[in-house]
Amino acid sequence: MSLHFTKEHEWIRVEGDTATVGITDHAQSQLGDIVFAEAPEAGKQLTKGGDAAVVESVKAASDVYAPASGEVVEANPAIADDPSIINSDPEGAGWFFKLRLSDPGELDGLMDEAAYRDWVATL
Amino acid sequence: MADVLETDLNSLPLDGWHRGRGGRMVPFAGYHMPVQYEGIIAEHRWTRTHAGLFDVSHMGQILAPLDQTEALERLLPGDLQAMSEARPKYSLLLNEAGGILDDLMITRRADGWYLVVNGATKHGDMDVLRAAGVAFTYLEDQALLALQGPEAVAVIAAHASGVAELGFMQAGAFSLGGTEAWISRSGYTGEDGVEISIPAAAAEAVADLLLADERVRPIGLGARDSLRLEAGLPLYGHDLDETTTPVAADLLFAINKRRRAEGGFAGADRILAELEQGPVAKRVGFTVEGRQPVREGARILDDEGNEVGRVTSGGFSPSTEAPIGMGYVAAHLGQPGTALTLEQRGKLFRGTVATLPFVPHRYHRKGKTA
Repeated sequence: MSLHFTKEHEWIRVEGDTATVGITDHAQSQLGDIVFAEAPEAGKQLTKGGDAAVVESVKAASDVYAPASGEVVEANPAIADDPSIINSDPEGAGWFFKLRLSDPGELDGLMDEAAYRDWVATL
Repeated sequence: MADVLETDLNSLPLDGWHRGRGGRMVPFAGYHMPVQYEGIIAEHRWTRTHAGLFDVSHMGQILAPLDQTEALERLLPGDLQAMSEARPKYSLLLNEAGGILDDLMITRRADGWYLVVNGATKHGDMDVLRAAGVAFTYLEDQALLALQGPEAVAVIAAHASGVAELGFMQAGAFSLGGTEAWISRSGYTGEDGVEISIPAAAAEAVADLLLADERVRPIGLGARDSLRLEAGLPLYGHDLDETTTPVAADLLFAINKRRRAEGGFAGADRILAELEQGPVAKRVGFTVEGRQPVREGARILDDEGNEVGRVTSGGFSPSTEAPIGMGYVAAHLGQPGTALTLEQRGKLFRGTVATLPFVPHRYHRKGKTA
């Protein structure tokens, strides 16, 4: 298992050739109360850096980008039913979707957890 | 927002007070203002059930001598001559084309006409008053707080004897814990409550006094926006601007009967003609199917996909737990129940014109039970 982070505040946890994607605790705290989330449907092809999902707080809409390319194998139904779990457990139960990676080498440019937390501390 | 330099912003009297209570400060109307403390939804619900303390000191407070009645009536469509003392009224600052330069509250006081105008427009408003030859004083050293919610009046009445006797849209001078305060039973959340004008030097002491009551929590601008949207109240710069007339904005109550008959205010020709013929577009509220909010700027389409209007305020209602909004539509589509299509970032949403307000007002009207 390995965990990576993007500068756009997504996290991606890789287990074998599949990966789980969500937004970071920092991202949810900046957004505030989340009232809507839409994850991509299974079967959708995502490209690294492209639009993957939508998350809306009371105040604003934000895009969630794909941290890596691949095919969506599962969307988290829980976040559509209760978007507030993204606030309460962003890096756990509030995951957005699972991805079958097409090029695991794309992960090399992402930050590890320590680097991400250090970087967020400078924002 | 991101391009506003921190150094361009002014600090309000309660700046340090907000930061000390965990307020997340953002640039707004040229000032650092708290957008939220614990979270917009929690603050919104607290205000609807208890009492929320808002700092609205960015708003402009202006005092014009009572002999300026005629000069003010050339700009505002209210019947100032007929106004009783200490009875605030909602009014509009109009331009010659009938467009709305600002919305405001005006009160006849013993010491003059007291106006409260929007923060982002206050300097422009004062330019307009000056150009029209209105004499006035800018009460720059007055802070403004709003205490809103079903427990608000009980809280303030404990420190300001007599406030509980005010009805909705009544005001007076009070001693609030030893501070001279001008208090009006009014607000912009749809709840019962008061607005409190006090010297800036006393703002922290008054805020502390009110917050010491466990029924009170500090509330940020985020919840102020969702509260006023649920209450169906327009926000200047969003639902109202220089291109909208009072008729299109559905604010006819601000144009009094005598003024309708006599005219004589800025833009009267156009506004009175629109009153007669009906406006081309109309401000309406709408609900949206599903859970995704439809925001300001989204297009409103008719059945055939033609653009018939734009969303001017949109968000998620914490009270109804559904997306709500306001916008302008072609007047024939303004009836409650009319189906609308909304387009946001290429995606279509189904909406329905709703009766405003989305959440019933709970103003304290004398002679009626709350």
